[in-house]
Amino acid sequence: MQPFTRVTGILAPLDRANVDTDQIIPKQFLKRIERSGYGPFLFYDWRRQGDFVLDRQAYRGARVLVTGENFACGSSREHAAWSLLDAGFRAVVAPSFADIFKSNSFRCGLLPVELPQPAVRQLIDLALQEPGMEITVDLERQRVAAGGFEAMFDIDPFFRECLLNGWDEIALTLRQEADITRYEVGRPAWLPLTNPTGGETS
Amino acid sequence: MKTMGQKIWDSHVVAAHEGEPDLLYVDLHLVHEVTSPQAFESLRLNGRQVRRPDLTLATMDHDVPTRGGRAAADEVAGRQMSALDENCRLAGIPLYGMGSNRQGIVHVIGPELGLTQPGLLIVCGDSHTSTHGAFGALAFGIGTSEVEHVLATQCLRQRRPKDMAVTVDGELPLGVTAKDVALGIISRIGVDGGRGHVIEYRGSTIRGLSMEGRMTVCNMTIEGGARAGMVAPDDTTFRYLRGRPHAPSGDAWAVALDAWQRTVSDRDATFDQEVRLDATELQPYVTWGTNPGQAVPVTGRVPDPANESDERALRYMALEPGTAIEAIPIDRVFIGSCTNARLEDLRVAASVVRGHNVHPKVRAMVVPGSASVKHQAEAEGLDAVFRQAGFEWRDAGCSMCLGMNPDILGPGERCASTSNRNFEGRQGSGGRTHLVSPPMAAAAAIAGHLIDVREFAEKALSPLRGGSERG
Repeated sequence: MQPFTRVTGILAPLDRANVDTDQIIPKQFLKRIERSGYGPFLFYDWRRQGDFVLDRQAYRGARVLVTGENFACGSSREHAAWSLLDAGFRAVVAPSFADIFKSNSFRCGLLPVELPQPAVRQLIDLALQEPGMEITVDLERQRVAAGGFEAMFDIDPFFRECLLNGWDEIALTLRQEADITRYEVGRPAWLPLTNPTGGETS
Repeated sequence: MKTMGQKIWDSHVVAAHEGEPDLLYVDLHLVHEVTSPQAFESLRLNGRQVRRPDLTLATMDHDVPTRGGRAAADEVAGRQMSALDENCRLAGIPLYGMGSNRQGIVHVIGPELGLTQPGLLIVCGDSHTSTHGAFGALAFGIGTSEVEHVLATQCLRQRRPKDMAVTVDGELPLGVTAKDVALGIISRIGVDGGRGHVIEYRGSTIRGLSMEGRMTVCNMTIEGGARAGMVAPDDTTFRYLRGRPHAPSGDAWAVALDAWQRTVSDRDATFDQEVRLDATELQPYVTWGTNPGQAVPVTGRVPDPANESDERALRYMALEPGTAIEAIPIDRVFIGSCTNARLEDLRVAASVVRGHNVHPKVRAMVVPGSASVKHQAEAEGLDAVFRQAGFEWRDAGCSMCLGMNPDILGPGERCASTSNRNFEGRQGSGGRTHLVSPPMAAAAAIAGHLIDVREFAEKALSPLRGGSERG
């Protein structure tokens, strides 16, 4: 995973609540078997409708998105986080994120920053009033700064460490092999196995 | 003094360290073609193996065509399906692909095979994994990075969620189904009301639901923002499980039963949040907007917008505030999805359809949740009821719930759908979705517009009484 320490770049506003992952990356693009190349399809339907805020010249190349509550609700598709990363975003600021998206973001190097509603409102207004303004998201200091705006944010300390260091979570878990094996030995024998003792496979 | 969610969590902790998320063991990992290829590829690139293929099960559901034949609809989908085939073969993971008599929507076949059992920790790269909670399992959706993590380690690192109790008491009125219970709950708590929580559904209404009905309620949990929803296992659960291919048998049954009966919340367990609903006040619901919380009773009207989101939704749905819901004409009907495509759903829909014809302006389809559901429905003659009325009778898959296969809405088409999401473009770019129960969808197909199913003959509705268990 690409480490995240600090990012400075253009702040793009998407002033909507409950943006679902079907909007972030529509289903017709989920048939690909690659992890990259989703950027051009980010918010595909909204972009096609014309005059989409992120397509305005001033927000081109934005690296941070600020948006409404419950961002990326709905489907578990990690493609939503991948498409944001692929389009150049490294962090999303919102009052709240859907649980699965937040978990996905931590694991693929996109930083979800939760700020209180009034602070997010202020940031959205700033980004709209001064299109192209830059913001700095500093994970080490857990601080967001843009123009005169400044705010500290909370974040899960474990995932903060993972992001700062670009750690491979699987490698960390594989170091706990002894714990896993011990747990497996203690599992009751009647628990189900998927190999089809009960019938045919295709 | 623990909730059942806490009990299941505690019994799956492999390692817990101060300040870190717990490392949990996964009992059952369900895999499908859309969210797994990148996980398998990354394993290969890192030289890692699938740790427990014997606790992993794969099926093809999202992409599969439902109109006969086994060929993928397009080249990209074909590549994705071949990838799953190859990945499962190399890793030794059982796969129920197209043509298998066990193929179907991942959340329909797990329970059907008896793999979904009380007390298990179940994950899948799909948000509707919450469905399996109907059996008293802790089941939730994960992303592809987590799929990879589970494949490699059979474990997941998770922060402990909060507990929420949703209690529904009272007898369901005639014509009101588990789907309406789910939509009623989401209307109450909102689309993010359950965020950060595991929901336990309790109360006499929930107890009175069949396993199919409980699955519908748990399925929609994610639409209220909670990753997992569950119902305490009871005799209804045990009766459903007994004799299924992967359920414990012989001496193991008694041992399992003893463990399952203890997997319930302690009497004095406390929840971080509690919500109560009176079932007698529930009605058949219809969504008017673009998220599942934007629902009103079918007897109601399209509401005045309360905010900009509502205004956007009304524009997208091309609806005027004040319009009677029953005055909204529809073009398409979809009866299917992991929410409402089990045998009981098809039986209830067929009971409404019997003796009627699909309105000439409506194109209607039934997509069974699994090959097995299809087979059983045909054995009962339900396919004939649907076909004679003018419904298309399809093969099993996710189909028009999300339109990854050729089954999609055209721009501007309006659909009464038994699926779970009415997001913009969900069923096809520009398509407009109204979420309803199976009998409501069936009634709409006949009437050509949204209609209160209770206006149909009482006789046709008799299978709906009290959500009684059938099969």
